[in-house]
This record gives sequence, structure tokens and C-alpha cells, in this order.
Amino acid sequence: MSRDWRFRLAEQRSVLLAAALFIAMFLLYIGKHPAGLTANVASTAANKGVLLALVAMAQTIPVLTAGLDLSVGMVLVLTNCLASSIMVGSPAEVALGTVAVLALGVLCGAINGAVVVYGRIQPIIATLATSSIYYGVALALRPAPGGEVDGALADALTGSLPGGVPASLLLLLVVVLVVWLPYRRSVLGRAAYAVGSSAQAAYMSGVPIARATLLAYVLAGLLSAIAGLLLTCITYSGEASAALGGTYTLTAIAAVVVGGTSLFGGSGGAIGSIFGAFVLRTIGDLLFVFDMDALWQPLFLGAVLLAAISLGSFRLIGVRNRLELYR
Amino acid sequence: MKAGALPAAAAMRRRIDPAVLAAFGCIVLLLLGGSLYSRNFLSLEYLLQQLNVAAFLGVIASGVMLVVLLGHIDLSIPWVVTTGGMMATAAAGWGELGVALAIPIGIGCGVAAGLVNGVGVAYLRVPSMIFTLGTNAIVQGLMVLHTSGFAPQDRSTEAMHVIAVDRTVAGIPNALWVWALVGGLTVALLTRTPFGRYIYAIGNRERAAYLSGVNTRAVVVGCFAIAGGCSGLAGVLLAGYSTKAYQAMGDPYLLPAIAAVVLGGTSILGGRGTYLGTVAGVILITLLQSILSVVQMPESGRQIIYGVVIIAMLLLYGRQRREG
Repeated sequence: MSRDWRFRLAEQRSVLLAAALFIAMFLLYIGKHPAGLTANVASTAANKGVLLALVAMAQTIPVLTAGLDLSVGMVLVLTNCLASSIMVGSPAEVALGTVAVLALGVLCGAINGAVVVYGRIQPIIATLATSSIYYGVALALRPAPGGEVDGALADALTGSLPGGVPASLLLLLVVVLVVWLPYRRSVLGRAAYAVGSSAQAAYMSGVPIARATLLAYVLAGLLSAIAGLLLTCITYSGEASAALGGTYTLTAIAAVVVGGTSLFGGSGGAIGSIFGAFVLRTIGDLLFVFDMDALWQPLFLGAVLLAAISLGSFRLIGVRNRLELYR
Repeated sequence: MKAGALPAAAAMRRRIDPAVLAAFGCIVLLLLGGSLYSRNFLSLEYLLQQLNVAAFLGVIASGVMLVVLLGHIDLSIPWVVTTGGMMATAAAGWGELGVALAIPIGIGCGVAAGLVNGVGVAYLRVPSMIFTLGTNAIVQGLMVLHTSGFAPQDRSTEAMHVIAVDRTVAGIPNALWVWALVGGLTVALLTRTPFGRYIYAIGNRERAAYLSGVNTRAVVVGCFAIAGGCSGLAGVLLAGYSTKAYQAMGDPYLLPAIAAVVLGGTSILGGRGTYLGTVAGVILITLLQSILSVVQMPESGRQIIYGVVIIAMLLLYGRQRREG
């Protein structure tokens, strides 16, 4: 029994490490912040963190299958542009608009999945190409930044609940409980891990490879669309910005790695990515409260990012047989 | 006669990848399609102009191809290109010696960034996709600091302008000669040297190459350094072409460079591909971009068509073999 416990702890080590890092950094941030931990400070920090966390969760699922979705940022931008156009009016219209935005995300994910699974094109290059398409559609929907969103919904999603808990954290919790945990326990969720570990072994064992991979990309699209909704509620507008999409795609990959998911697939999970995203977001906030010269910030962020992803190299010290280094 | 022709045709097919043929076929189709719109598409002047622009992408794609052949990827292109351009123009502000050394300094900074990439990927064993991303962020940080902190010169030197724009020999753009030189060296490297053989071997299976006595880590570092140098050189050329270096000048080159290499039949998993294919991919991408802008397609439509065409071409001939 105790061995089982230790095994489980070792399995979750990188998640716990990312969580501990985040908590330490966040305490430092709050301690240094002139206003302290007010509801306002908490909800601002949570909104930014949850936004990246959702995109990082989206990226995690294809990565688990040893794939990659370079279009998550552009799906975020595309759904942001759609949401800023159709989520106004009566409550029924807003609800319908929300469903349409989520459906668009699912459609984008399904296109990615179909190109990867049935087109048999490498995920990196396939999603690079589809992200160009999604950006084009976003530009057509919203040539200039603007639009509006239902104020009541936006305030409810981005404000704080009674007791000072940020509402966006609740959104994240709901997503984890309704999307991630059921998926993780489902046949296709476990199949995604199997495909990522060894597609050949999974094929031999009769794992539904095609359906598992397709679903992974569909879920990535759905989660990105939820992030798109949240982004619209935070900014009250939409913008077809290539830079924004690119930044979110790349930062999300970094968050996935910091959260302990292997880019080679088969191990890790969305919970780690959430903490990875929080860590990366808090670094930026820390630079702000410590009054770091704005000129130095990009360099410092890059150095922290590079250091974080190089941490995994410590495992090399324990490698006895050099052959293990090569695949 | 027929019996003699068949083996020759088979040998020909072995030598020329169907993907490369398809890419060249698409180039011809694009040119014919464009010529229906305007006769200028088949004029020598237009073609030379396109090749001049293609040369910048071609130099970058040469380095990308080496890295992709290894089974890795280099996502640090945007800011390494920018660094090449910015450091070359900054060197020109240091006086006589700086002007003379501007081009080597630009290339050297690219090589330095490439070395960092190579060490991270080969020795620290960090996946190239994420490590080159980190390098990109670092280089970006350095450039932001450099340009805002020291206000360096951003005008390109006379020599940079000459190699990027002028047509000194036989009316052929100098940039095209530069690309031809880089391409020739790459082909020689890939087909005539042990180093080139090792690249293909590592791309197929690094473990097997290592067991065969290849110093695989040195080869990986070498390839990333060359790729960095190519990006730096492209930055120098681009700064010469637009007479100045500016932030984010390398951003529009990441996607096209990777797409050009893959459209040219190089496997993104490594180990397979020819330089001829990369040449075809580069010309194809450049022509596609040019035609979309000539027919005055709005930016949104351009992006959509660009993505659809890349997927369509990959569906045509870039599919992986079915596994299992």
C-alpha cells in the first residue's frame, strides 16, 4: 500500500513541482503588491491566468497523442472575433451565440483532426496550414478591431463571486470537472495516452487510434473556443491579431512543458498545464511589481523560459547508458 | 529500344522524387494560371524579380532543410533573421572597420544563436521545438535591449544593398547568386561529404548512427549552427533589400520556410529529402504569395487560400505511409 502511494507521488511529481513553484511565486507577488490580496487583484490575475490555462489545456491533449496543434492560438483569435459579433441582445440570443462560438471551435478542431487522421499529414505542418486559414476567416469576420459582448455575461465571467473568489477560476474548475476528468477516464482518453506512448503497440492492441486522435483535436478546438469566449469577456471586443494568436500558441506549448507533459506524448496531463500556465503568467506579474526596467523584461522572460525548459536535463546526470539518450 | 528505355525511366524515377516533380508541376500551373490574368507573368523581368525575392526565402530554407533532415525543427528563425540584419547595420555604425565587417558580423551572430540551439538540442536533449522557441525569446529580448538601450544605426551599408538588390553579373540579381552559392554548398555538403551522410543517418535513426560511431551530437550542433548562419545571412540580405533593419523583420519567414521545405518533399520526421525539392518549394511559395498579391486579393482571402493550397498540395503528395 505504501509503495503504491509513493508510486503515485512520483507520477505526479512534475505537477506538484509546478504547483509549488506557482504558489511560491504568487505569495511573493501578493506580498510585494501595493494593494495586497484584494478581490480586484485576485480576479485580474485569475482572468489572465485562466485564459492561458485554457489554451494550454487545449494544447495538452494533442501533445498527449504525440501530436501538436499549432492552431490553438488562431482558434482563440477566430472564436474571439465571432463572439464579439454575435453575443449581444436578449438572453436567448446570447445563449445561442455562445453555443455557436463553441460549435465553431469544435468545427476547427474537427478539421484539424480530419486532416491529421484521414489526410495523414504531420500534425505540425497540418495545423500550421489550418491556422493560416482560421486567421483568414477571423480577418474576414472582423477586419478592424471592435465589436461588443453582452455586459452582464462578461461581468459575471470576469468579476468575483461573493467571498472574493474570482469567477474565472470557477469557470476553469467547471471545465476541468466537465471536460478533462471525464475525458481522462474515458476509453478514448486512455487511448490518447496509449497512442502517444506507442502508436504501433496501440494499433496491435486494437485501440481505436483514429477516433482517439480525432477526438483529441476536437477537444483542443473546444477548449480554445472556451478561451476565446473568456478573452471576449475580458476585452469586451474582438481583434484579428496574428501576433496574439502566435503568442498564445507558443506560450501554451511552454506551459505544457513546464507542467510536466512530455512533447513526445504519452505522459502528463492538463492539470499540470494549468499550473504551468499560472507559473508563466505570474513571472510577468512579478517583473511588474519588482519595477523591472521595461527594456529588460523580454530578455528576462526569455531567460526564465529557457531555464525552465532546460530543467528536465537534470535527468541526464543519472543516465548510465549513453545509448538511452538516443531514440 | 523500348527495353532500353524502361530501365532508364525507372532509374530516372528513382533519382527524382515524385514530390519534387509535383512541386515543379504546380509551379508551371501557377505560372500558366497567372499568365491568363496578365501576360506579365511570363516576362523575364517578372520572373527575375520573383527569383530575387525567392532568394531570401531560399537562403533561410537551406538551413531549415538541414535541421528538418535531422528530424528537428528550428522555430528561432524570426528573431535570428532580425538579429542578423540588426547586428550587421549596427556594426556599420562603428566606423570604417565596422562597415567592412558588417556582413560577417551579421552572419556570425546567426551562427552564435544556432550554436546555442544546437547545444540545447544535442547535449541538453531538450526537444528542438521548445528549445529553439526559448532561444527565439532570448534573442528577441537581447535585440529589444540593444535597439532601445543603445540606439544603434539601422541603415544598411552599401555592400549589403549591392548584394541584395543590384544585378552586377549578366543581369542576374546578386541575391540569386548568393542563393546559388548557399544552395551549391548545401548540395555539396549533403551529397559529397560524410557530414551529409550523417545528417540523413541521424534523421532516420539517431541511435543507429551513434552505434555506427558517428559523433551525432557534433553533427546536430553543426547543422543548427549552419541554419543560424543562413538565417543571419538572410537578415543581412533583407536589411540590404529594404535599406534598413527593423524589429520583427523576420516574422513573415518562419511559416513559408518550413512550408517550402515540406512542400519540396523533405519529410518533417527527417532522413528523407533533396535540395532540388527545397528549391521547388521556395519558388512555389514565392510565386503563390506574389500571385495572390497581384490579383489584389484582400489579406483575409490570401491567408485562407495560402492555407488551403498548402494542405491540398500535401494531400496530393505529402502523405505519410499508413502505419501498422
